[in-house]
Amino acid sequence: MKHIWTILKRELVSYFTQPTAYAIILIFLLISLLFNFTFGAFILAGDANLEWSFLFWHPWLYMLLAPAVGMKLWSDEQRNGTLELLGTFPIPPWTAIIGKYLAAAFVWLLALLLTFPIIITVNYLGEPDNWRIFSGYLGSYLTCCVFLAITMLVSACTRDQVVCLIVSVAICTLMVLCGYEAFIRELAKFRVDFLVEALTSLGVWDHFRSLTRGMFRYQDMVWFGSIIFTCLLGTSAILSAKRA
Amino acid sequence: MIEVENLTKHFGPKFAVNDLSFTVKPGEVLGFLGPNGAGKSTTMRMITGFITPSSGDARVCGHSIVDEPYLAKQKIGYLPESAPLYNDMTVIGFLKFCADVRNLSGPAKRDAVERAIETCFLQSVAKQSIDTLSKGYRHRTCLAQSLLHDPEVLILDEPTDGLDPNQKHEVRQLIKRLGKSKTILFSTHILEEVDASCTRAVIVDRGKIVADGTPAELKAQSPSGSLHDLFRELTTHDSAHSAA
Repeated sequence: MKHIWTILKRELVSYFTQPTAYAIILIFLLISLLFNFTFGAFILAGDANLEWSFLFWHPWLYMLLAPAVGMKLWSDEQRNGTLELLGTFPIPPWTAIIGKYLAAAFVWLLALLLTFPIIITVNYLGEPDNWRIFSGYLGSYLTCCVFLAITMLVSACTRDQVVCLIVSVAICTLMVLCGYEAFIRELAKFRVDFLVEALTSLGVWDHFRSLTRGMFRYQDMVWFGSIIFTCLLGTSAILSAKRA
Repeated sequence: MIEVENLTKHFGPKFAVNDLSFTVKPGEVLGFLGPNGAGKSTTMRMITGFITPSSGDARVCGHSIVDEPYLAKQKIGYLPESAPLYNDMTVIGFLKFCADVRNLSGPAKRDAVERAIETCFLQSVAKQSIDTLSKGYRHRTCLAQSLLHDPEVLILDEPTDGLDPNQKHEVRQLIKRLGKSKTILFSTHILEEVDASCTRAVIVDRGKIVADGTPAELKAQSPSGSLHDLFRELTTHDSAHSAA
């Protein structure tokens, strides 16, 4: 446990002594609030629960920005050779994987927490259901964590950050698109029900939307949890295969 | 104490290390000689637990690196070949991180970091960011990392590579001094270093040991009494490779 904290601390120092984390958090805040007040029609629609005006945009932003936070996690270690240091330290490999993952997840937690003015605003302007907002934020954060886990898996495969960024953005984009309503509606015209169902549950929207609607479903938690878990396990498998 | 037993590593059909066995006793400084590509680094990476052997085993202070990697790694201080470092940290930040990994804390941690900085003459750059350091300082920072926990066994992969003549001298003196109480295995292809700091040397070529003995014994094996001639006689030349 102590080693997880040691690794986590090092990664956080690395994020916050470099401009990376600041740039990404700032861009996320600016764009998510910009979309909220423009395309989201926040004021016009009077959307006090932030469901469509604000949270709706998060998966779109995460699919581009989450890989930017996670891309360096293992590719940098491989390029600099520091993986050799890490591999010869007396710590189990999974502590490094979890430590690094938590550090990236913390950067996004901070980004999401910094959107707090919007919650104050809706509470001032209207009477939102704050539990539902919380549930929406949870859905948003878990979606981001899924994308981070995918990025981490990809970064274990390559020593090139740019390759990692492009591949992870592509995978995340597919996951966002394949459950998106407009896409599913087109697909439904072919009347292949099992395909429609499969893609709907594979994509993020089905799981994300149920949380933004304020619904807690076990199946969503299993979806988020199993993808994250599988990706971390895969990272561990790839890293140890590379050392064999 | 390092005991290497029938250590073998092949990448596909190509043998990098072929059935290598040798022992380094406490108080002994073993120079590991050989041309480029002889398998020196691969052997060291296996002893330190970074890569898994295809077969065979290495014991560090009685702990098998295959079966008890955690215990064995605690006994080892390792300087990898390229002296990898986390470029986004300061020298002292990096050493503190390594001390945390080595389970040092409180006054013990502070002392260990101070001692390592002194031993490796890093006082003037302690607060500097690692990516601004020159090659000699980078190398010594990584060396300092390997000495932090006062390990019983030191494994140094080309410790004098890239240093200026003064620094080379310092490092050789350091190895000699540490060798009185520790078990040291270091690789080099600078033959003068054998005389300067080794109590024993082995020459490896294409993954096999071709000579083993004290510097004086090795010299006696060559008709001209020079280590250079022996080395050239026993090891494969690149020209022979291309002719074959």
